[in-house]
Amino acid sequence: MSPPFLRFAARNLRRDLRSGESLVLLAALIVAVASSSAVGLFTSRIAQGVARQATQILAADLRLESADPLPRGYFARAHAAGLRTAEETSFPTALFAGARSQLAAVNAVTAGYPLRGSVRIADVPYGPSRPTRAIPARGEVWLDARIAAQLHLEPGARLHLGSATLRFARVLDYRPDQGAGFVSLAPAVLMNAQDLPATGLIQPGSRVTYAGLFAGPAGAVAAFRAYLIAHQRPGERLRDVGDSSRQLNSAIDRAGRFLSLASLASVLLAAVAVAMATRRYAARHVDAVALMKCLGASQRLVLSVAAVELSALAVAAVAAGAALGFLGESTIAWLLRGLIERHLPAASPLPVAVAFATVFVMLAGFALPPLLQLKSTPPLRVLRRTAEPPPLRQGLVYALAIAALFAILWLMVRDPLLVAYLSAGVAGVGLALAAAGYALVRLTGRFRGAVGVAWRYGLANVSRRGAASVIQVVAFGLGLMVLLLLVVVRRDLLADWRSSLGAHAPNNFLINIRPEDVRPLRRYLRDRGIGAVRMYPMIRARITAIDSRPIASLRFASARGRMFAEREQNLTWSAGLMPDNRLVAGHWWTRADYGKALVSISTEYRDALQLQVGDELSFDIAGESLTAKVASVRKVRWDSFRPNFFLVLPPRLLDHAAGTYMTSIYLNERERPQLTGLVRRFPTVSVFDVDAILKQIRGIMDRASLAVQYVFLFTLAAGVVVLLAAVQATRDERRYESAILRTLGASRFTVLKGVAAEFIALGFLSGLLAASGATAIGWLLARRLFSLDYTPDPKVWLIGVACGTVLVGASGTLAARRVVNAPPIEGLREDR
Amino acid sequence: MQAGPIDRINVLEARGLTKTVASPEGSLTILADVSLQVRAGETLAIVGESGSGKSTLLSLLAGLDTPSSGRVAIAGIDLAELDEDGRAAVRGRQVGFVFQSFHLIPSLTALENVMLPLELASRPQVRASAAKALAEVGLGPRLAHYPRQLSGGEQQRVAIARAFVTRPPLLFADEPTGNLDAVTGRRVADLLFGLNRSAGSTLVLVTHDGALAARCDRILQLDAGRTVA
Repeated sequence: MSPPFLRFAARNLRRDLRSGESLVLLAALIVAVASSSAVGLFTSRIAQGVARQATQILAADLRLESADPLPRGYFARAHAAGLRTAEETSFPTALFAGARSQLAAVNAVTAGYPLRGSVRIADVPYGPSRPTRAIPARGEVWLDARIAAQLHLEPGARLHLGSATLRFARVLDYRPDQGAGFVSLAPAVLMNAQDLPATGLIQPGSRVTYAGLFAGPAGAVAAFRAYLIAHQRPGERLRDVGDSSRQLNSAIDRAGRFLSLASLASVLLAAVAVAMATRRYAARHVDAVALMKCLGASQRLVLSVAAVELSALAVAAVAAGAALGFLGESTIAWLLRGLIERHLPAASPLPVAVAFATVFVMLAGFALPPLLQLKSTPPLRVLRRTAEPPPLRQGLVYALAIAALFAILWLMVRDPLLVAYLSAGVAGVGLALAAAGYALVRLTGRFRGAVGVAWRYGLANVSRRGAASVIQVVAFGLGLMVLLLLVVVRRDLLADWRSSLGAHAPNNFLINIRPEDVRPLRRYLRDRGIGAVRMYPMIRARITAIDSRPIASLRFASARGRMFAEREQNLTWSAGLMPDNRLVAGHWWTRADYGKALVSISTEYRDALQLQVGDELSFDIAGESLTAKVASVRKVRWDSFRPNFFLVLPPRLLDHAAGTYMTSIYLNERERPQLTGLVRRFPTVSVFDVDAILKQIRGIMDRASLAVQYVFLFTLAAGVVVLLAAVQATRDERRYESAILRTLGASRFTVLKGVAAEFIALGFLSGLLAASGATAIGWLLARRLFSLDYTPDPKVWLIGVACGTVLVGASGTLAARRVVNAPPIEGLREDR
Repeated sequence: MQAGPIDRINVLEARGLTKTVASPEGSLTILADVSLQVRAGETLAIVGESGSGKSTLLSLLAGLDTPSSGRVAIAGIDLAELDEDGRAAVRGRQVGFVFQSFHLIPSLTALENVMLPLELASRPQVRASAAKALAEVGLGPRLAHYPRQLSGGEQQRVAIARAFVTRPPLLFADEPTGNLDAVTGRRVADLLFGLNRSAGSTLVLVTHDGALAARCDRILQLDAGRTVA
């Protein structure tokens, strides 16, 4: 025989479900699970898709680079671990065709390359391109269109590469890994690695980069990565998705924040709904509990019954919510399939576990306090209806719940700053709403004299319910605020971000510009209507010491710190601050500082090497030593696609060491063929086309906005459940009041008008305050987090007030309508 | 006043019960120094005007509330020495209740309402015992009815069945006929006294109905919180 509390709980559950009492709570829990699991599953798939796209930058999941041939053991081990491998050998060399020659970056690859992404080829220079899974056949090469233009080659022509003669088979339009360190990139040649020995170009002392490419299941990749880190030899550099192109990283980060923001909103609303529904649960059960205690039930039994019932609801909600989550997630994946070429990777089951944990933390945090209060119901209540459970002294419990909730939010968002801003915004708006709700409650008394009987009754209800009204205004206001915030964030922020990138964001980098070509090139571009461009000098430098301590003696915690310490960086000099840079510390130089040994560093450089203004950095620049003091720190917008540098010097310091210059230009499709003429006119200039990367980033942005719209549906559902919970919480009062009013002669319509007046008043204020809150948070997010100029949209206020009034007014009135319809005797018969 | 020692022979004993509550005009004494003893099988009526403290005395005797001073013992167990759960356990074993407003759980059927105290006390054959108790009050054919489907008299009969089903030694009834018309009230009273007699239990009844009080062995008159007879 099962213990009594189980039988009671089962019976309670059955009754509560049949009577509809638990349905709102169940709906709130289901929405919580469905939204957080669907959002989690979807964002997990999106994140994996984005990460997989980012792996294209490496043409692999892992890329190991070295100036020396890689040990064969690495590949054997990778094969044994179930990974696919390919090799890429890169070196600069001159190509010859007849009397002409051209410097090129040769990439000799083995079958299987690329392991991620695909190579795109065309039949004629700058012609339409198509993806291919093949690599050049033996004896053939695929050439960058710029080489073909420079060497006047047509497909089928022969050219000389070292001592080998190869046939120009296809035009190479795109390689996934062309963005990896593009600054040193010359026009590319793709060839079969089996032809390498015949060229005789790889000799001791040759400047060659050997890359091992590895890809496969995530677990195997992670294990192999750990193995490589443990066994890697000096000079070998391991790269994974995390440290691929800075631009793409910045975009992924931003996309991730949009998605996290969306899931945060759903969790928040669901928590509000759960809290309200549970309070209602406790209020509905207080009489039965008093009676049970009168008949001998212990507090423990009362608590156990409620806990079992709620747990059963939670388990049901998790099952139903997760199923809905999977269903909704696959629906959107199906919708996305038409928009993106590839299938998204399968989601990890982790989001469902997180949703499960979220629901139980919500129940523990928001349901436990009312239950603890319920168990303390005095049995005296059976004789005296006014005997209430002692007031909640569960401040600590709530604090713990909120802390736990934020822990889960942090797990989902993984950005303490974002969670902090959002919680501050929500708490601020909550307080503002509470204060405004209180003000309304006080003010309604003044309006009551000036309105008809129905409005007087409605406003009187708002006023008389005092605390309850404030809670409803806060709940509605919070719900609406999050919905509006999503509209604000999704539309305005996304629009601002898009416009900040600009339709005419530079899409071609011109590098290796000789100092003597700077003026002619500028004139050349101006004559062709491409406009005035800014040229940046470039010098390669390696850091050798920080404050006279040799770099080799310093230890850096981050991989990035080690990377900065070990690799050469491009320095530039500039009189003015770059337009997409913001000074965060120190001072920008004046004319008087020109020629002084100063350096301005980016925030990434500062963080990775733990520097501050005033530190002295020593560099090795082409064999010469330079020690410069850190004068300022800049926050750089890397995704602006304009030339940017970690290190900037003042003018006249290294002018004598002028290396080459670089710039970026925007060319539309029509102007693109002009590149052929440019390359012929300036043979040393290398043109790097970033259109492909721009397309990748715009694709990621589109995915992010689709995901946010999708999440918006769940948030909307959560908002509706909050509303239903609020209406349900006052149903008994309304039923009783309606009965009294109708007994006293009020018509049904009059009572209904009074109810509508109350909800319209609540909705109006909620909408007004939600719009204020959403605008404030949107502004905060835009300025502090996304570094965007946010223009507040007056439509948010219109939408907020209209939505608040219509949504709350209509839903509240509709939900309360049945109560008004109930015959008077029914309400009065209920024991009060 | 200091309460005296508890006599373990009485089923119910109260010594020096006082209940004061805070009010805007200062401390208000609802019950002052009430003492009583009730022997096994005895029936006692507590009578008085509205506001005389009858219901407060009943709530203290049943351990539903705690006195400001004084002591209550049920079956020799001093309630003052128990916490709330301890008092609940005593009620579960020793006490049955009948209320003026019936206090049936609206979402449970008549049968389920009567099963409730049996289940709380983990008694065997819960369903059969509850059905038998309902049959004894003449509601055998109405087992599956919900309270809203029953008349006031029927609801009170369900409440009486629920009160007697655990065979408690002590039964408290708070205005058991207060919400019923005269004829129904008389029938319900007959039932209450009849069952009490056959069960051999002790009945403590709060009422302002003189006729009902007269059926008890003893009457305790309260006036402004004090015993007058």
